[in-house]
Amino acid sequence: MAESQIARIEMRGVSKTFPAVRALDKVDFRLGPGEIHALMGENGAGKSTLIKIMTGAARCDAGEIRIDGRPVEIGSPARAQALGVGAVYQEVNLVPTMSVAKNLTLGRQPRRFGLVSWRAAREIARRRLARLGLDIDVDRPLGAYSIAVRQLVAIARALDDETRALVLDEPTASLDAAETEALFRILRDLKSRGMSIVFITHFIEQVYAISDRISVLRNGRLVGSAPAAELPPTALVPMMLGRALEASEARAAVARSSPEEPPILNAEGLGKRRVMAPFNLSIRPGEAVGLAGLLGSGRTEVAKLIFGAIRPDSGRLTIAGATAPPSPRGSLRRGVALGPEDRKSEGVFSELSVRENIVIGLQTKRGWLRRISRAEQNRLADEMISALSISTPNADKPVGELSGGNQQKVVLARLLVADPRVLILDEPTRGIDVGAHAEIVTLIRKLCARGLALIVASSEIDELVAVSDRVVVLRDRRTVGEISGERLSREAIVETIAGAGS
Amino acid sequence: MNAKYLPMAATIAVFAGLFGIGGALYDHFFSTLVLGDILADNAFVIIAAIGTTFVILSGGIDLSIGSMIGFVGVVMANLDAAGWHPLASAAMMLTFGALYGAIQGFIIDFCAIQPFIATLASLFLLRGACFMINLNSVPLQHPFVASFAAASLPLPGDGFLASSALAMLAALAAAIVIAHFTRFGANVYAIGGDRVSAELMGAPIRRTIVGVYALGGFYSALGGVIYALYTASGYPLAGSGAELTAIAAVVLGGTMLTGGVGLVAGTLFGGMILGLIATLINFNGSLNGAWIMISGGVLLFVFIVVHRSLVGSLRLGRAG
Amino acid sequence: MSVSLTSPSPIRRPLAARLAGHRAIWPLLALALILAVDGFISPGFFSVRIVEGRLFGNLVDILYRATPTAIVALGMAVVIGTKGIDLSVGSVIAIAGAVIAWRIHAGDPHGLILAEALGVGLVCGLWNGLLVAVLDIQPIIATLILMVSGRGIGLMINLIYGGTDPSFSSPLLQSLSVGHLGLVPTRLALGAGLLAALWALLRRTALGLFLEAVGGGAAAAELAGINARLIKFAAYLVCGFCAAAAGVILTADTHTSDPVSVGLYIELDAILAVVIGGGSLSGGRIYLGATVIGALVIQALTTSILTSGLPPEYNLVVKAAVVLTVLLLQSQNARASVFAAFGGRRR
Repeated sequence: MAESQIARIEMRGVSKTFPAVRALDKVDFRLGPGEIHALMGENGAGKSTLIKIMTGAARCDAGEIRIDGRPVEIGSPARAQALGVGAVYQEVNLVPTMSVAKNLTLGRQPRRFGLVSWRAAREIARRRLARLGLDIDVDRPLGAYSIAVRQLVAIARALDDETRALVLDEPTASLDAAETEALFRILRDLKSRGMSIVFITHFIEQVYAISDRISVLRNGRLVGSAPAAELPPTALVPMMLGRALEASEARAAVARSSPEEPPILNAEGLGKRRVMAPFNLSIRPGEAVGLAGLLGSGRTEVAKLIFGAIRPDSGRLTIAGATAPPSPRGSLRRGVALGPEDRKSEGVFSELSVRENIVIGLQTKRGWLRRISRAEQNRLADEMISALSISTPNADKPVGELSGGNQQKVVLARLLVADPRVLILDEPTRGIDVGAHAEIVTLIRKLCARGLALIVASSEIDELVAVSDRVVVLRDRRTVGEISGERLSREAIVETIAGAGS
Repeated sequence: MNAKYLPMAATIAVFAGLFGIGGALYDHFFSTLVLGDILADNAFVIIAAIGTTFVILSGGIDLSIGSMIGFVGVVMANLDAAGWHPLASAAMMLTFGALYGAIQGFIIDFCAIQPFIATLASLFLLRGACFMINLNSVPLQHPFVASFAAASLPLPGDGFLASSALAMLAALAAAIVIAHFTRFGANVYAIGGDRVSAELMGAPIRRTIVGVYALGGFYSALGGVIYALYTASGYPLAGSGAELTAIAAVVLGGTMLTGGVGLVAGTLFGGMILGLIATLINFNGSLNGAWIMISGGVLLFVFIVVHRSLVGSLRLGRAG
Repeated sequence: MSVSLTSPSPIRRPLAARLAGHRAIWPLLALALILAVDGFISPGFFSVRIVEGRLFGNLVDILYRATPTAIVALGMAVVIGTKGIDLSVGSVIAIAGAVIAWRIHAGDPHGLILAEALGVGLVCGLWNGLLVAVLDIQPIIATLILMVSGRGIGLMINLIYGGTDPSFSSPLLQSLSVGHLGLVPTRLALGAGLLAALWALLRRTALGLFLEAVGGGAAAAELAGINARLIKFAAYLVCGFCAAAAGVILTADTHTSDPVSVGLYIELDAILAVVIGGGSLSGGRIYLGATVIGALVIQALTTSILTSGLPPEYNLVVKAAVVLTVLLLQSQNARASVFAAFGGRRR
């Protein structure tokens, strides 16, 4: 892996601009022969865009790409494949209803006399799988196999005889520990045969378990690239999260809740296999708890388990002294509200108006029979629009036509009209401009002062430091620490995430 | 046995069971004569259903089948009156059917219109066109039509395969080859199974969708040609409701209406089950058409629920 | 540069945009256009006379004939609003009609029979709702089952009392269908009453909002605390009820139970009415008023073809042309290419 060797893939000064967003800004990337290269970064860092350019699913606006030293134009996934670059995208992109053999040979089935020869296709499929050490019935539909096997089939499809570079976007996202280890064995084996591999993951431990080199992207720029051995987690995590751009606001050091008060919400050993290891979490009225961790560390899962949007398979949840199996409707009835991370598909109703989106939060609590009168709807909507300074020409505009930040405020407004006792916010400030960001942080503080218990999951450490009384730190889908009081600082959180602190 | 043949095996078992029941209940039922009659009488709708199988496999639907059957018959009858040889007019109508289907497929894909609504427009358009040409039944008088109707292949026993049944079996054989032994066929299954994935895997979406509806149009037109020759007439109301029978035949044949799963050959047996039920009820004499519809609905229900448990797990498996 | 291009000029918006943005404007324009053509072709098209104390005229005729379709379309609009579809409405009409004839032969009081017919519609809705909401079967497939078998069930009901003569006479039911309330045909009053009742059910309670929320996104609705299954169930119940109501009118009109042909293809007209009324098959919005206008557009087309002297055979072709036009107008891709072809600006 000497630097003098010709790189398998070399990208120089690659830039890509989407309307209004600079996704990649003069990024250099070098994949050596026989190297496993981890590509890391938080949401919106540009990892996916870089991979798409590498594999022909997108084109760059500027920059140069060389494969084995030769400058190339990668216009399509097919062209990338022909150049020896195979890709497995984030969701396993195969057809579950089709047989394994058909999935492996789609678009390049062997033909005899113009007709597809399935006997030959099955043979090819078996041979391809055998290279990964997999021996399964290739006539069964792909969907009949586990995610792990499907992942391997996807890799087998990406591996031509000509393939010399393999690009994997979060291959371990839904694998358990044993499955991940099996996948890694195969990747190491491929590497030993000279394959170069680019690999995106959010699991810190996995990065060190397998990669030779780590490159970190942030806000569309390459912020660092080093051999894994020379880049300890304590250096990697700050690199990913970035430095605070401005001094984090001074925290209101006063404890806002009295320790004697009984917790309003108490989770004991709540968890779900493959999703989140069992955790304990207890929160008192007026208290704000932050959930910190990298993307994929389990922040969203904790929020959804507590709300009941993910059914836990272990543990119990007590709200205001009463234990009940968590479910969204039950949670809302007991005064627990969730602002989900995926705003578009889980948060707003884009066809409905701003007014309807806001009112629906209170309406579901009252039931369908006791409709909120139009006058009251208008009052509530206007109140919320001005309280959260939602920028909309009028309350009857469909929410889908508002900007992302304003949509987020509408979601927040919907939760607040129901007057919750516990508010769970997942990434409340994602995709929001600086002004709105500050407003939302201020608002969250005000709510806590009024006795609301708050759980905030966020990738923005400074924001967590600013609003939380204590921060629970997550790594690789388990809780790894809790920081509170005087110790609560950006540095302490970053250290815990990196696995050096606690 | 491979799980993908299970639904079709169930279909064949149901057919055999019903046929056995018929044989036990009625004299002269258990014969190749009855079997040949079922094939001949239902050939046109089974042919159309074979084309629809492709459309449904790709995740779409085609409501224009019945109207296409009627339209083809009416045009052929009028061309017959104008002195055309039926084979010439049939060739023209088959070309028309394929072209019409291709345009329909293009509109569906390019304009991102739901196939249900787009083909509903075709249902109206083609049926309306029938009425604009003719209001009454027009006979086909060319001698070829009579000789077509008379041609048949004797079966063991006293039965025979009529020319319409033979045409249907040939159409089925061609469809099996297209579905299972061409790249186009594999792409149809891929798009119906998971369109987004198919696109990422490099399957040509638009070309395949256009091809699927062209094939559907061609087979519907062929169904119309066979119906016109079999009945020796063109009638503007011919084939009314055939779209429903065809879709039912496809589902009973083991194809999932959600696309991506099924076998073309199953449609033959699905269509024959529907034909067999009608025959059974006719043999009885005291039962009426109501039973045909109700048993069709009951069978549909059973098949849909059983399919969901058999194949539905494949799709759910993706999320978990 | 790019910023100024993407943001629409706010100055010109108010009048034209607000008018164009109103959902009922397009179907109303279509209706007006059709009627204008009628008025041009046959003078006196709009004349409404009073004959023997009843209103007569083409406009009344359009309303009168459109009523059953409009009623079915109202239920369909609700189901489509939840991202569903109900193909079985024609079958429900057939079953309701058969139940009426059967119970009249059985000697039930006619008021009770009305309730029985509507009740049977609810049962059909219950069945569809069960398949869609509980068994999670795709709506188009789920309702296909009743669509295929429903007319057969109607025929079976006819058989209960011999089946030889399914005709009946019922002054009460007939007065509902072909009778008059003063000047106005009773069925118009009934249709208007149903529209008002449905509007009240959807808009004076929060049911309408919940239905639309479920159609907009079942996952988001669940997270917001809505019982999406129950709401879908309600939609199919409403649709079954509306279909049965149309069944009462259609059956009383012909005073016979004819399951094979009553309301044939009405599901297609009803879906069409919803689409013309601006409802999207992908759900999320319910426009009751615009749906009724959509049904009127369909009937106005038919009536104008009849009065214009064109052979009635043109009806279907014209209808197909209307469907295609509406579809192409709704398709972004088609609009974009038309604009490009005519040198219009593209976004």
